[in-house]
Amino acid sequence: MSDIHALSGAYAVDALDDLERAQFERHLRDCEICSREVESLRDASALLAETSAAAPPAALRDRVLAEIATVRPLPPVVTAASTPHRRRRLPAFLAAAAAAVVIGTGGVVWQQVDDDGPESRTEQVLAAPDAQTFTQVLPGGAEATVVRSKELNEAVLITHDMPAAPNGHAYALWLQHDDVMVPAGVMPPGSDNEVLLSGDAASANGAGITVETAGEEHPEPEGDVVVTFDFESEA
Amino acid sequence: MEHLRPVTAGVPQEGAPAAPDLADLLKLCGRGDQNAFAQLYDAVSARVHGLAVRVVRDPAQAEEVAQEAFLEIWKNSGRFDPAKGSPLGWLLTIVHRKSVDRVRSAEASTRRDTTYNQQNQPVDHDSTAEAAQASLEAHRVRAALESLTPIQREALELAYFGGYTHTEVATMLDLPVGTAKTRIRDGLIRLRDTMGVGA
Repeated sequence: MSDIHALSGAYAVDALDDLERAQFERHLRDCEICSREVESLRDASALLAETSAAAPPAALRDRVLAEIATVRPLPPVVTAASTPHRRRRLPAFLAAAAAAVVIGTGGVVWQQVDDDGPESRTEQVLAAPDAQTFTQVLPGGAEATVVRSKELNEAVLITHDMPAAPNGHAYALWLQHDDVMVPAGVMPPGSDNEVLLSGDAASANGAGITVETAGEEHPEPEGDVVVTFDFESEA
Repeated sequence: MEHLRPVTAGVPQEGAPAAPDLADLLKLCGRGDQNAFAQLYDAVSARVHGLAVRVVRDPAQAEEVAQEAFLEIWKNSGRFDPAKGSPLGWLLTIVHRKSVDRVRSAEASTRRDTTYNQQNQPVDHDSTAEAAQASLEAHRVRAALESLTPIQREALELAYFGGYTHTEVATMLDLPVGTAKTRIRDGLIRLRDTMGVGA
């Protein structure tokens, strides 16, 4: 795996392109060390602005104050605040898939972790009032459904009767941002799964599943596309 | 909690009365307190506007970016988490991101027909420098920047003020691909440690 940790400084000063940024933000969810480092480096980068201070025209103050008077501040993020250290509670396999999709070569026991509290993140998504459902039936009769909650910024993939991936391969999951497919994890073996996708689900305009070679890093889809979901066309 | 002292451009810092705590102001803003936001504006507007001008360069566009950033700061004020960094770092991150997005999207749409424009859009260094001189903090930061290696400083400034990606910075500085990000990170770490900010 490339050393994604080294991107912390470039991320703190917005010097990543969109794809790198998406990948690093996903990495941040699982890497406490990088999160801490980014926080401190952002504070350091803010110091640079001390050297360029320049008072704005007085009219800007009037415009800004008039504008904010017409807008209500967003509510605090209650869910996140009441579940501290969320990033540590994510299923362990997401951490493994954080930087890029690295497909396991088998022998690994993939297990959906549901013991992280009264209601897992997956359950929260499925029960979210704003949950959107996108279902696709595959040629062999297998069914794949993506449930997305914009409010929670999460999506869950549910599969039924999914045939096993070809030998030496695994199913890779992707979230589509504009025209870029961003790695969102790896599907555990088994025909019936519920998988929490990593990445920013709220801003994604689609999702997809591809078949990729096991044991390799896949920053972008290379293998066959199994199915895609278009978030813009809600059923 | 350790955070940067709010300073008002043009006002000497010695013996100045205690400035309002930015974290407290953000908390009040989250509850819809417009007076608190006005105080916040007065405490940070020179840095917000100056940063936008430095990155975006075009004064009218920089003002737009600053206004958009202030609106976003207001909307998200209730979501600021003091455990994750200083209030100033948080809000300048919003300003910087908007500024960078603006220069990159403007470039993508006009790159073809404005090849010479870059040289004809100098930053107004006089007014920028004048306001910045007033801040003792700025002097400390400049001194701290002197402790960086020239490559670290140049990479950091091209990224932060130029709005270039680390791969673009590598090309501009004739660095091997992948080393500019390391220079930027090393530079930030040295700046952080010299200035004693961050957790």
